[in-house]
Formats: sequence, C-alpha cells, structure tokens
Amino acid sequence: MDAAVRELSYAQAIQEAMAIAMDMDERVFLMGEDIGVYGGAFQVTGDLVERYGTDRVIDTPISELGGAGVAVGAAVTGMRPIFEFQFSDFATLGMEQIVNQAAKMRFMLGGEVSVPVVMRFPAGSGTGAAAQHSQSLEAWLGHVPGLKVIQPVTPHDAKGMLLAAIADPDPVMIFEHKLLYKMKGHVPEGHYTVPIGKAEIRREGRDLTIVATSIMVQKALDAAAALEGEGIDIEVVDLRTIRPIDRQTIIDSVKKTSRLLCVYEAVKTLGIGAEVSALVAESEAFDYLDAPIVRLGGAETPIPYNPDLEKATVPQVPDIITAARDLVKGVR
Amino acid sequence: MAGASKAVVDSRANLPFVYRQYSPEQLRQVLHKMYLIRRFEEGAEECYMRGLIHGTMHLSIGQEASAMGICMPLAEDDQITSTHRGHGHCIAKGAEVSRMFAEFFGKTTGYCKGRGGSMHIADVAKGNLGANGIVAGGIPIAVGAALSSKRMKTGKVVVSFFGDGANNEGAFHEALNMAAIWKLPVIFVCENNGYGMSTSTARSTAVKNIAERAAAYSMPGVIVNGNIFSEVAEASFKAVERARAGEGPTLIESKTYRHRGHSKSDRNRYRTKEEIEDWMANRDPITLFETELRDFGFIDDQGIQAIRDAVAKEIADGIEFAKASPAPEIATLQNYVYTEHA
Ligand SMILES: Cc1ncc(C[n+]2csc(CCOP(=O)(O)OP(=O)(O)O)c2C)c(N)n1
Ligand SMILES: [Mg+2]
Repeated sequence: MDAAVRELSYAQAIQEAMAIAMDMDERVFLMGEDIGVYGGAFQVTGDLVERYGTDRVIDTPISELGGAGVAVGAAVTGMRPIFEFQFSDFATLGMEQIVNQAAKMRFMLGGEVSVPVVMRFPAGSGTGAAAQHSQSLEAWLGHVPGLKVIQPVTPHDAKGMLLAAIADPDPVMIFEHKLLYKMKGHVPEGHYTVPIGKAEIRREGRDLTIVATSIMVQKALDAAAALEGEGIDIEVVDLRTIRPIDRQTIIDSVKKTSRLLCVYEAVKTLGIGAEVSALVAESEAFDYLDAPIVRLGGAETPIPYNPDLEKATVPQVPDIITAARDLVKGVR
Repeated sequence: MAGASKAVVDSRANLPFVYRQYSPEQLRQVLHKMYLIRRFEEGAEECYMRGLIHGTMHLSIGQEASAMGICMPLAEDDQITSTHRGHGHCIAKGAEVSRMFAEFFGKTTGYCKGRGGSMHIADVAKGNLGANGIVAGGIPIAVGAALSSKRMKTGKVVVSFFGDGANNEGAFHEALNMAAIWKLPVIFVCENNGYGMSTSTARSTAVKNIAERAAAYSMPGVIVNGNIFSEVAEASFKAVERARAGEGPTLIESKTYRHRGHSKSDRNRYRTKEEIEDWMANRDPITLFETELRDFGFIDDQGIQAIRDAVAKEIADGIEFAKASPAPEIATLQNYVYTEHA
C-alpha cells in the first residue's frame, strides 16, 4: 500500500503511538483496567501485551484512585506511564491524584520534580451506556493549572498528539471520544508529533467561525458541507487542546468571519463554550463581531439511556446547521 | 417470609437449612424465581441481539442462587444496593419483569422511566435502591441506608451486593470500616464469580478469599458456595438476624460464576472454554436446586414443568408489555434532574 495514504482507525493510531513510544523508550509503560489480554474495553491496547509483556502492559485491579496515584509516583521517579481510565467517567474516582497531586506536585515542590504522566480517557455519549458511562468531563480537568488537556479528533492527531504527550514533561490528559475509535483516516508511519496547544483550521470560510471540540468537529464539518449549497461559507476550528487554549487561532478566525458559534458535547454552561466566548469578548476580535456569540452544548441533564433522549441531549448535525444558518442570516 | 410449621420442620430435621426453615410452597416459589431470572436474562440477551435493546448489559446467568439466597430472609421493606450485574437482584427483591423489560426498551413504563436502562435498574418501592454503573458505588450508599435505619429506628436491614472486582476500590474499605465502627445493620455480599471483567481475583486481589477482608474491619467473614441456594440463604439468614439484633455488619463471600461474558463485548480470552463448560454442566445453580427439591420430594416433574411454562409466559408477556409501552417525549428530557416543585 502507498505509505502516503495508509489509513488506520483512531484506536489503531493510538495503539501504534504507544508501541512506537515503548520501542523508543524503555521507561514507557501502560497501566489500566483490562488493557492486557482483554485488549482494553475499546480494544485500544489490543495485543500490545503479547508484544511487550505484562511488565509493560499492566492490568490493574479496579482501583482508579490508587492506579492513577501509582502512575503519578512512577512518573515523578523516572518512568513514563500511560494510564488508561476504562471510561472517562471514572476520572471522578481518580480525581484526587490527578488534581491534588499530579497537577500541583511540580509547583508545590518549587520545580524540583516533573510529572510526565499521560492519562487517557474514553469519553462521550452515543453508545447507550447511560448516565455514568457517557459524560464529557474534560472541562473539569481543563480548569486545573498544571494539567494539559487535549482532545484529538483525527487518527493522525490521535497518534501525533499522544506522542507529543508522552514526550511532554508535564501531565497530559487525553479525552478520546468513544465514537471516534472506529473512524479511519490517514496516519503516517513512524514517529511524529502534533503540538499540544495548537488549534487546527479544518475548513476555511468567510461567514462564520465554528470552534468545535472532539467529535463535534466532525459534525461541524458535516454541517458546513451541507450549508455550502446555501452559499454559507463556514470556517471550522478544531480546538484540539483545551488547556493551554490556542487564543490566537480563535481570535484571528473570528476577526476574519465576524461570527462565532461554539459546539461541544459537554454540558453547555460553565464549560469550553464559556471560555471561548469570553476570550473572544475580551480580545480585539470583539469589535469585529456582527452578531452575538452562540454556544451549542449538551443539555443541562445527565445522559439518558433511551436512545432518542440520548441523541437529543447533545448537539447533532441538524442542530448545528440551524444554529449556523440563523447566525449568518441574523435570525435571533 | 414466615417459617414452616413445627410438624413439618421436625420431619425435615436432617435436610439442609432452607428445607427446615421454609415451606414447600415458598421453596417452589424460589425455583420459580430462579427460572424467572434465567429466562429474563436470556430474553434480554435475545432482544439485544435482535437490536431491540441498545447499549450494553451484564447478565447474571449462573448466579441465580446467590441473588435468591441472599434475598430469601429479607422482608419487603428491607433494602438492597445492587451492581451493573443487577437484573437477578432486582427480580429476587420482588420486581416485575415487565417493567424491567420496559426499562431496557427505554420506555416510560420502565422502573427508571427509560432514563436508566440495564445498568441502573431499580425498584425503589420494593427496596432496591438501584444497580450501579460504578464498581463499588453502591457499597457506601448501603451503609448510609443502614445509618438511616438505625437513626430512624425502622428496623430495616440493608444488603449491598458487589462483585469481587469491587473489593479493591477504596469505597469498599471505607464503607466496611464505617459500618463496623457504627455497628450498622448492613450485610456486604461479595458475589465472587472469579473475575472482574478479564482480571481473575488471583491477579487482582492480595487475599485468597475476599471474606478475609472482614478481619480488617472486625466483622464476621463468611464463605458460601454461591451456587447452592440453601447455603447462601442460611448465611444470609444469620447475617440478617445479627444485623436486626444490632450486632453490626457481616461480610458474605458468595462464590459463583457467570456463564456469559462480562458484557456484550467480551471475547472470553481470559478463561478457557473448558472452565465455562464445567461450571455450566456441573454446578448450575438452578439444576442443583431443582435436583434437591425433587430428591427431597418437594416437587415432581409435573410441578417443574408447570413452573417453566408459567415463567415462559411471564417473560413473553413482559416483552410484549415493553414493546407496547410508550417512549418518553423529547420534551421531557430535563425531567428528574432536580426535584419537581408542585
Ligand atoms: C469505578 C469503575 N471502574 C471500572 C468500571 C468498569 N467495569 C464495569 S464492571 C467491571 C468488572 C467488575 O467486576 P466485579 O466487581 O467482579 O463484578 P462482575 O462483573 O464480575 O459481576 C469493570 C471493570 C466501572 N464500571 N466502574
Ligand atoms: Mg466478578
């Protein structure tokens, strides 16, 4: 196959990044629940245990708090752990070690240590797994100085950003939308990195900027394609990193289009949309705005089990189309 | 449940506990419910395969004696907290399969009005405070319910079901300690089916038997064969008596096995086919109980067939009820997030 068009799924891309990192660096190892012979709840680690052994692909007991803490301790003392939470919802159990320890240890110790830990969180709704297995909690962690929080969308970025995270001396939290795992895309062979902290313009346009995260980038691109026929020209910014956020790319885009729509799956209020809106309102781009900023986020409810309710809880392509059209046409 | 009369008890003096403690009719009811759990799980599995139910589910096939044995000495207003593998607990505590199916179909007639699904199945009216999507999530909640019981003097006993995997969560340890120091009327029931997802207890847990954990919290730790109804019920009976007498908690380890994979996405790569087949062929809890009932003369083949037929009808009717029930309106999306004010 032509290497230039080699396609991998998002899950395969992550697995390849972990294998490359383990080949390059003896200190890299994996920890998590059922990541060994089971291959991970979403088959991301797959057969890595057969290739790297149980010393480097470690099944933990069901102990998120302890497991996350062990990863932090190993990171501080010279190892490069990649810790998989089976579902991002279980970050709630590991929060103490993530927020109080990993995020602050370097600071509290006056720079004497670094915490090069990577934590991976399968996130989001759409699988019928109901309220405790479908949340989007990235903004919780995005609120904590000391952490870096990323949400790659393409297989290409999933691999490159994970490799960047492993090389990063500070704790990096990766939120992976579960519905992305099977999506395919071009993934270069070998080692490469995609920078943390840099947004990517996925589609250029003149009439409206959509700043989206994770799977909403895909949905925003679908909406943009649908609106092309109506003569509406949309720019889609894939935020990719929520901490540290790439202010400049957002500001430049809004200055160009004069309209801003934020689309994300997490609960609408007090989240990414508020941050993006506020940073635009605080910047010189404010003067360029031709319309109020609009946020499309998750409903103010836990994720319901019923599939129709579940879909109605988070933005879907038709919702984005309507919101974008109304914004551009000045409908309030 | 009421005990058997004195005369009947005497004639059964050498039989295992439940045959002395409960009436033949009560025991036939137990067999009925064990079948109901089994067929419910099979019905749910089939509906899932046919795309009628979405999401995932964790089946308790093989663990029916454990659910039934633990719930046998409980009164209707005693309470339980359950797990992701909670369908059997729900039925054992008195739920109707029709409303459980309705929940799995996401309907308003379901126990959680279509909001919870399999992983959050509950029947609060019958004392089931809910399954749980979080491993060990229900254990401290059970301790809280037991605290209510003690403070409010309701006399209720609370049972917390959880799996072997849960015994390595901090919540388990913190909860057991509090239950012990405050002598609360709670029973911790670890249904040890050998694996937490793919990880065997040998690989996950420092002690050989989870009941050994009880020593750390100064409570009795009891091991029972979870596939033998009478053994489980006897241990539960004693723990309930102890709890009601204000003597505090008990940890029961019920050793059992799940015939199916962990969830609907399990390829069973961590255990052998032989192991699964051995448990199914030689230690099936329903076969074991049915055989005992027949051997001891509590039921005949005709009686067994009548139970199977009745259960088959209940399951078929339940699925029909679920299919015919209404789905929630999208406009009700935000119901139940907070308590409604009149
Ligand atoms: C806190 C938490 N961690 C991990 C999971 C994912 N998970 C669900 S069930 C399960 C295994 C539970 O094993 P066990 O407690 O033995 O119960 P069993 O499934 O065997 O009945 C795991 C890892 C979860 N739901 N919650
Ligand atoms: Mg188990």
